[in-house]
Amino acid sequence: MAKKIRIIDSTLRDGMHAVSHQFTPDDMAEIAAGLDEAGIDTIEVSHGDGLGGSSYNYGFAAASDEDYLKAVSQALKNAKLDVLLLPGIGIAHDLEMAAKYGVKVARIATHCTEADIGEQHIKIAKELGMEAIGFLMMSHMIPAVKLVEQAKLFESYGADAVYITDSAGAMLPLDVKERLEAVKTAISVPLGFHGHNSMGLAIGNTLTAIEAGADYVDGTARGLGAGSGNSQTEILVAVLAKAGYETGVDLYKIMDVAEDIVAPKMRRPQTVDKAALSIGYAGVYGSFLLHSMRAAEKFKVDVRDILIEMGRLKTVGGQEDMIVDVAYELSRRA
Amino acid sequence: MTKKIKAAIIGPGNIGMDLMFKLMRSELIEVDTVAGIIPESEGLALAREHGINASSEGINAILGNKEIKIVFDATGAKPHLKHAPLLKQDGKIAIDLTPASVGPYCVPAVTVAEQLDQVNVNMVTCAGQATVPIVYAINEAADVKYSEIVATISSRSAGPGTRQNIDEFTETTATAVMNVGGADKAKAIIILNPAEPPIMMRNTVYCKVANPNEEAIIEAISNRVKKIQKYVPGYRLKVPPIIDGDKVTTVIEVEGEGAYLPKYSGNLDIITAAAVAFAEEMARKLLNEQQSGR
Repeated sequence: MAKKIRIIDSTLRDGMHAVSHQFTPDDMAEIAAGLDEAGIDTIEVSHGDGLGGSSYNYGFAAASDEDYLKAVSQALKNAKLDVLLLPGIGIAHDLEMAAKYGVKVARIATHCTEADIGEQHIKIAKELGMEAIGFLMMSHMIPAVKLVEQAKLFESYGADAVYITDSAGAMLPLDVKERLEAVKTAISVPLGFHGHNSMGLAIGNTLTAIEAGADYVDGTARGLGAGSGNSQTEILVAVLAKAGYETGVDLYKIMDVAEDIVAPKMRRPQTVDKAALSIGYAGVYGSFLLHSMRAAEKFKVDVRDILIEMGRLKTVGGQEDMIVDVAYELSRRA
Repeated sequence: MTKKIKAAIIGPGNIGMDLMFKLMRSELIEVDTVAGIIPESEGLALAREHGINASSEGINAILGNKEIKIVFDATGAKPHLKHAPLLKQDGKIAIDLTPASVGPYCVPAVTVAEQLDQVNVNMVTCAGQATVPIVYAINEAADVKYSEIVATISSRSAGPGTRQNIDEFTETTATAVMNVGGADKAKAIIILNPAEPPIMMRNTVYCKVANPNEEAIIEAISNRVKKIQKYVPGYRLKVPPIIDGDKVTTVIEVEGEGAYLPKYSGNLDIITAAAVAFAEEMARKLLNEQQSGR
């Protein structure tokens, strides 16, 4: 029998980056209903930077977390509702609020070396009766042996699954293979992979991840997401079908959601432009893209220089505030 | 000055030791006792090496010693909830460096004068010490409607206490930005960065203001920075205020003194320096009272 792969669609979370967090609750409900109808297993809804992410630092969302969850929860029939939370940005109270709207899955995202700041939130999600998933961001920054340690930490806190996340889209297929295989043998819970397309490798890397043992993978309709965007869900469904995996998603229906519902709501084409490519090349957080483009314009510097400098400084996810600092310094050097 | 005020430190970890070394230079305070609960603790050994009483009896080593007037608690929130009433009963002034928040928030660049009557003050968080004075300054000049602070600290300088309860850190900081800083609403974000060599503590302060008067804002911030630099020499504006409509953005970097803890631990440095600054004001008051025979 074909192996079943669970697809978590993050159009309504990672995809929020691509629209500067401006989807309305109605937009979300419409997209969610389509994804549900197409057979997507799990649908993630949050500000791009997770619950509580609406801020000066990451951009204010068009509505509150609560309004989004309320709208989407009413639109779903079969799919599980999922939220993302980054400890340090979102708090336990946000998860408690989410539980009121029937959220069944909480992904707790930390930088790949800092799983221990997520212990509190994994436990709270479990207490609220949710499936709790540890989500190790920027996993390209550390070798497989270190990732194993962090994945095991999440497992020890009670996480139901652990994700290796290529937030920058900086991994090459061999990097994915090495990391996923190492973590797969070290943990007994399901393993997930979340890729970005900065170097055009999102789908290929996701396929590699599955071959290396991933049970869960992420996608977004039209590839909507931070930076260059994510694995495009509809492509993923087609590729996995051809590769002989079972996803439970109807290919025509997911194509229609992407083309007829999501595409008209897009604000800019989701392409690998020079800034998005620089993100993968420099290995920096995908959501730095639009913030860097704005800073480049304001301080009259090359957006690539900002991103490369952010990489040289070994910045991590969430350090959007550093972009202004770097752009300011570059403008003074010029 | 003939005599110094005697103080004790509970909790001989990184914070406790940094306090000890800072207080050893004080002209107003003498560390009488360092107390912990683990007999073989490195901190206690270090205290003994410097001729300071060291005890593994915890708070019991301090209670009943009438000479000790000021007690720094560098343990944890739970122990401090037990210590606070005992210290109060024993007539000691508690300077709480844990997140227990028993007493009012103390940010010396803003609050000293009105808190000299308190028997317990709380030192907020490192991010609170770094950002509240700036929000306070901007609020004075421009009326802050909403403030958001982003504190980025090196992974190495975030201890297990902070990591296991990171919500406490963000919530306490946001509350202090409102209650002491004067913002109507506030949000705090903390990010840990594992880069090697470790990064210095940096804080971005964003404020939405009612009166974006650039000159007044710049002047208020600059005055407040000078006040903080008196007790935290490594505190500096990394990016001067950028005013964009009603939004004010400024970035602060805190370099640690490098006396006991490494320079990248500016986050620990600023909270111990603030505790010492407040304690010295308190000691000055107590010495004046003693001299005038009260």
